[in-house]
Amino acid sequence: MTTVTARPATAALALPLRTRLAVFTRLLAVQGSWNYDCLIGNGIAFALEPALRLLPGGEQGEPYRAAMARQSRYFNAHPYLAAIAVGALARAELDGVAATHIDRFRTALPGPLGAVGDRLVWAGWLPASSMLALLAFGLGANPTAVLLVFLVVYNVGHLSLRTWGLWVGWTHGLKVASALAHPVLRQGPPYIARAVSMLAGVALPLVVARLLSPGREGLVQLMRGHAAGGAGGISIAAVDAVIPAAIVLATIVATILVRLHGRVAGWRVALGALAALATYSVVWRR
Amino acid sequence: MNLAEALIPLALLGAIIGLDVVSFPQAMWSRPLVGATLGGAIVGRPEAGLVAGVVLELLAFDTLPVGAARYPDWGTAGVVGGAMHAAHPSNPSGALTLAVLAALLTAWAGGWSMYALRRLNGVWAARRRADVDAGSAGVVIVLQLRGLGADLVRGAALTALALAVGTPVADAMLDGWSLSATATNGVLITIAGGTAAAAVWTLTHSTPRTRWYALSGTALGIAILVLR
Repeated sequence: MTTVTARPATAALALPLRTRLAVFTRLLAVQGSWNYDCLIGNGIAFALEPALRLLPGGEQGEPYRAAMARQSRYFNAHPYLAAIAVGALARAELDGVAATHIDRFRTALPGPLGAVGDRLVWAGWLPASSMLALLAFGLGANPTAVLLVFLVVYNVGHLSLRTWGLWVGWTHGLKVASALAHPVLRQGPPYIARAVSMLAGVALPLVVARLLSPGREGLVQLMRGHAAGGAGGISIAAVDAVIPAAIVLATIVATILVRLHGRVAGWRVALGALAALATYSVVWRR
Repeated sequence: MNLAEALIPLALLGAIIGLDVVSFPQAMWSRPLVGATLGGAIVGRPEAGLVAGVVLELLAFDTLPVGAARYPDWGTAGVVGGAMHAAHPSNPSGALTLAVLAALLTAWAGGWSMYALRRLNGVWAARRRADVDAGSAGVVIVLQLRGLGADLVRGAALTALALAVGTPVADAMLDGWSLSATATNGVLITIAGGTAAAAVWTLTHSTPRTRWYALSGTALGIAILVLR
């Protein structure tokens, strides 16, 4: 294990803009070689590499090779918050922090970065952005508008988080753990969870109604045809009952799935139910 | 444009969208809402793609792309579902259900293909472990680019295969579909809406007072439905 002599803090390097852009771009592919042995370890080394070229001796120097070897070992983190780790590790390597300290940091950081990222992004920002787009759909927005709502809202948060992570990691170096106490990271998830609940409450009935509308219109036309032929008698009001019935039934399905939580995934239930429906419609009912 | 003519553009779209699921850049254009709408747009009917995408998005709330967990590939699934639904301009009864069913099967197969790719990445990394441990930046970069390239190929192949196999099967099933559009879509949308509601509850119920937010939101949503 190579130990590099610590450079005085006052002599800390500033990352050139070109290097920062290269690191940021590579961070977007940090999971590109994800595997069960070193997880995103290779990706961390890949993202750090442009910064490590600034080590004494450049790409041919021993510090560069030692740092590349160290950084390509096992590492795990939420992909967006890996930016914090990459910023901090770049700073530590360029400041010449001892390898043992860097290794200890790499061991300690994955747990908090994973937990915070999962709560904030996968269980928070992603469902919130998605619900906002579904609400736009439920209110009648066209495909372009729905996609723009989702992609713009989501990626403002996504890219801001990565940019902030890289900056805060570089600024604090191995003392970056304090940044995880940032109010947005600590108190953001409960606020986002409430927003998701509210948005879901508004959006889901509207989405169900819009999805059923083409079928309802088709049914109205069909029944008008039957009525003209003397087989009618069903009112449009009865057709309108399809939407509330679907909302009530969806609530019942949701209650059953919540009760089954952890034992079966909803999408698998859907797969089985739709396969059964298709079999019934095509084979048995013919 | 029919699906046979659109197969190559759709496979390319599947490659780009499949890459976003995990490898690059995770900007969530791999969400089914996006993939299905773009798939439908390639076939010439983005609206139909969007409808399939919304149903798949509701179902996808159930699974989050968390780390080492094996989760469905909703990206390529969205492209397949959106394109298959858009390929039926007359919107026959069962078209949406079969498109979603094909997409779910693609998502399931995609999950396995991502697992296989992760194993393959591990094999490639193990073979070059000595070079990586010696600090070879070239090998680190090659491993990263190889993983990205393989994921791109995975997405394209999965999309092309799903469409090539799924389209004739779905067409044959549509010919014999006997249930009405209302009954078929009612079942599909009820399941999708219920799955999304359950997933939101699972995600948020540990936060205090979320049920009140959900209830007041639902009241607002129903009020909008009634009043408009």
